[in-house]
Amino acid sequence: MHWVDYQRPESLDAALQAFAANAGNAKALAGGTDLLVQMRAGRCASGVLVDIKNIPELNEMSYSPEQGLTLGAAVPCYRIYGDKTVSAAYPALIDAVSIIGGTQIQGRASVGGNLCNAAPSADVVPVLIALGVVCKVTSAGGTREIAAEDFCVAPGKNALAAGELLVSLHFPPPALQSGARYIRFIPRNEMDIAVAGAGVSVTLADGRFSAARVALASVAPTPLFAREAGEALVGRPVHAASIAKAAAAAKAAAKPIDDMRGTAAYRRNLCAVLTRRALEDAVARAGGKL
Amino acid sequence: MSTTLDPVQTQAAANGAAGNGVHPAPAYEPNMVLATRAYDVVGTRPVRHDGADKVTGRALYGADKQMAGLLQGFVLRSPHAHAKIVSIDTSKAEALDGVFAVVTADDLPPAKDKIVDVGEGDTRLAYVHGNVLAKGKTLYKGHAVAAVAATNVHVAEQAAKLIDVKYATLGSSMTAPEAMSSGAALLHDDLKTMEYGQPTDKASNVAQHFQWKIGDSDEGFAKADVVVERTFDTATVHQGYIEPHNATALWNNDGRVHIWTSTQGAFVVRDVTATILEIPVSQIKVTPMEIGGGFGGKIPVYLEPVAALLSKKTGRPVKLVMTRADVLEGTGPTPGSHVSVKIGAVNGGKITAMQGNLAYEAGAYPGSFVAPGGMCIFAAYACENVTVDCYDVVVNKPSSAAYRAPGATQAAFAAEQVIDEIAGKLGIDPIDFRLQNAAKEGSRRVDGPKFRRIGCVEVLEAMQRHPHYGAPLAGPNCGRGVAVGFWFNVGLESSCTLSVNSDGTVNLIEGSTDIGGTRTSIAMQAAEVLGIPAEDINPQVVDTDSVGYTSVTGGSRTTFATGWAAHDAAQKIVDEMKVRAAKLLEADAAGVTHEKGVYSAAGKSVSFREIAAQASRTGGPISASATVKPRGVGGSYAGNIVDVAVDPETGKVDILRFTAVQDVGKAVHPSYVEGQMQGGSAQGIGWALNEEYFMGADGGMQNNTLLDYRMPTALDLPMIDTCIVEVANPGHPYGVRGVGEANIVPPPAAIANAIQNAVGRRLQRLPMNPPAVWQAVANGN
Repeated sequence: MHWVDYQRPESLDAALQAFAANAGNAKALAGGTDLLVQMRAGRCASGVLVDIKNIPELNEMSYSPEQGLTLGAAVPCYRIYGDKTVSAAYPALIDAVSIIGGTQIQGRASVGGNLCNAAPSADVVPVLIALGVVCKVTSAGGTREIAAEDFCVAPGKNALAAGELLVSLHFPPPALQSGARYIRFIPRNEMDIAVAGAGVSVTLADGRFSAARVALASVAPTPLFAREAGEALVGRPVHAASIAKAAAAAKAAAKPIDDMRGTAAYRRNLCAVLTRRALEDAVARAGGKL
Repeated sequence: MSTTLDPVQTQAAANGAAGNGVHPAPAYEPNMVLATRAYDVVGTRPVRHDGADKVTGRALYGADKQMAGLLQGFVLRSPHAHAKIVSIDTSKAEALDGVFAVVTADDLPPAKDKIVDVGEGDTRLAYVHGNVLAKGKTLYKGHAVAAVAATNVHVAEQAAKLIDVKYATLGSSMTAPEAMSSGAALLHDDLKTMEYGQPTDKASNVAQHFQWKIGDSDEGFAKADVVVERTFDTATVHQGYIEPHNATALWNNDGRVHIWTSTQGAFVVRDVTATILEIPVSQIKVTPMEIGGGFGGKIPVYLEPVAALLSKKTGRPVKLVMTRADVLEGTGPTPGSHVSVKIGAVNGGKITAMQGNLAYEAGAYPGSFVAPGGMCIFAAYACENVTVDCYDVVVNKPSSAAYRAPGATQAAFAAEQVIDEIAGKLGIDPIDFRLQNAAKEGSRRVDGPKFRRIGCVEVLEAMQRHPHYGAPLAGPNCGRGVAVGFWFNVGLESSCTLSVNSDGTVNLIEGSTDIGGTRTSIAMQAAEVLGIPAEDINPQVVDTDSVGYTSVTGGSRTTFATGWAAHDAAQKIVDEMKVRAAKLLEADAAGVTHEKGVYSAAGKSVSFREIAAQASRTGGPISASATVKPRGVGGSYAGNIVDVAVDPETGKVDILRFTAVQDVGKAVHPSYVEGQMQGGSAQGIGWALNEEYFMGADGGMQNNTLLDYRMPTALDLPMIDTCIVEVANPGHPYGVRGVGEANIVPPPAAIANAIQNAVGRRLQRLPMNPPAVWQAVANGN
């Protein structure tokens, strides 16, 4: 491991200045559960760590039924599943944040960090995509919004430009008769990385799907928005046959590879199985019956 | 006390029972002891002597070693699976600020052509040398090439990257079938196959081929009504001990070398390091630190000679600690295997012939434990016609090391599945089928010896009678499997010294690394003889200058053999106590009797404690030593009953219920015996379901972290119920058998049989991970 400088700004402005002053050589440190591991393995050469855990905007967690949820980029997992209101409103988010690492990791790891790390296997990202989350990004030059499905651009690469910082994530308020779910497959029962994962959301009306989104983990260079799978449901009856069509569309959308965690054929199979199981659960959460 | 009861007829009270006599138990309980004989101390469950240090974190492990002027080292390893070392330039590394020394194989004395004892067998010195620091060629990714000592580990790592090694890469041989094929890349130019014990001039990756045979298998197969033949493969797996290898060495100005390390055998480290460095054994003192697991993998020497060389060069103590990747890539895993098994039986259920063909991957140097695999493969069965062929094959993977019953698990994975299949074809209950053919006292093992009293039948009967075996299955896609396995017990050499304190306690000095609670199990055997509580013994594992020679903690020998040395030393103390008691009782020593720590003569008596208090008045300190090289070893059988649930859509296998049964001879401390049974089962489950060296196209291990080298976590294991069967080993004072290893032999086979029972697919390769099981279900095998 090499020497690094550590800075701990207490305001968003100070943080943006720190990034501007160390352009290209600074990394944001939230929980550090990915970053520190990468540094030890020699996979991160940054000379400056900017600790963002003391910036108020990045620690915000506020929810209202009208506005939805604003989640600061540095809020750790345990605060999210420890909040009864947020847990009741976004159970799919809880599905993901409660299976990342173990208890100690969840005390540090943040949703924003999971997103910025841009791993194809990130558990939280399919949920963000399925829920239609919008990311608020700020730099000295101003603020912009990025849709969750556009945030990850390549393995380990996100859409942030130099000097930009992810400030918060905005979750739309849950619609009436809507439900969402995240399921991943791991060979063990804890402490593992998704071989494949499926995050889904559905909205029901009059016995039919009125809206649906499906996103997949670990089956493409980035977390994958399987738009076709969701579209396959819209307007169709809440029925196993509809779900089977969506599962087949998800399987078709996947672009997995063979690696030590599974073969491409196996992962494609998992996409169908996990999408079907996640949709069945999401329908139940929406109060629907198959 | 001398009656030997049938262990299965007698269900003795188990948990926490500390008293005399045999207590009938009303029913089977999850953890149970089918006991033969009760003693005062042996068979009870005292608190372990090293417990407080371990649970408070005060116990000192190898990496905890600190001393003034300590340098830290880093080992540079080969990035190639097979390459010629063209040149090594260390000048840039040596010039880096904070670097004190760099060593390569050129700093080792040239290896003489001789055979050395490396703890659990013999090998050529050149192979030991070559594995410590590669000379001329690297034979696997992770092979040590050079080492640096510096002010701290970060500087040492930075310096190691500045060492300029020029390699010319070579073609590699990664698996046994590949390495045995014609045209395979050869690892050692001078390796010629030993065929049936005779040298040949065949240059090959096959170091040895040998055959054992009893009767005539062809004739046996001709008589059979059913013959099943299948081929099985198992992946390379690692022991997975939590503590990485480490060594701290100080080469003193007087030429004496002091090494602190966590090892399964301090004397083996001393002897092998002395041989490599060409200094007398008396010039090296090895202090064993506490050990965070070994399972056979901490017998070989890796870092100790390197740390010593770095210390010699720098004049300062040097510490080397491996990373997890170093452990996985640079130490000895257990061999991958390629095994064919053919078994024939007649309709009534009698096995008429058995044939096994085992090729094991030794890794970079010969010595794959294929021989014990061949000895164990059919050791549970009495059959008149058996042929076993064994091939020891070198491949471009780390040099393999012992792993808990080394070689036997791979063999059982093959044999116990074929047994299961034949039982199914004959329509006979799998345990009945095994019982009908079970090895007994007098049965001949394929490699020659006839069994003495063994507990194979008793283990099978306990399995059959266990409530688990008759319980209903949980639901669809659930299945139950059984399997049995055998492993040896070795004697080797042990020493022990006892010194009586004036307050009636006893200091016990021994040299066996305590991996499984053996301080206590050894102390208990001395306490039993002396008639005092186990808590009154203070056992200590000491350095090689301070106790008589003691072989490795391996071969399930420590409680058996070092316990025996303690037993013998305690007998000497009793003899001396009788002399002292005679003086205090004013009686004739020949007339003094001893029972439970009370010495009596002529109607008067004096206690152990009183004699201890009066020692200085009756002749001075009371102390005794004993050394043993015991021969009455007792091999052990283990059996499993396993329930699994298979998710046919994902191929995931969940272990719903697991019962481990084992003949242990006599459970000295039943809690530690249960721990061994549960630990071996847990490792066997990991080996069965997920563990694997996943090798890339470049011949390197891709999953060299514990994230992707998937050992089971607590949530992956059910409560492992244990059933201790005690068929006393007539060769040991307390009937002890080695219990540490046989328990890892049956789990993969039992789980495979359970998967077959659940989904009708027979898995012939380990690991049986989700993609493999899904593939088997989806493709109809």
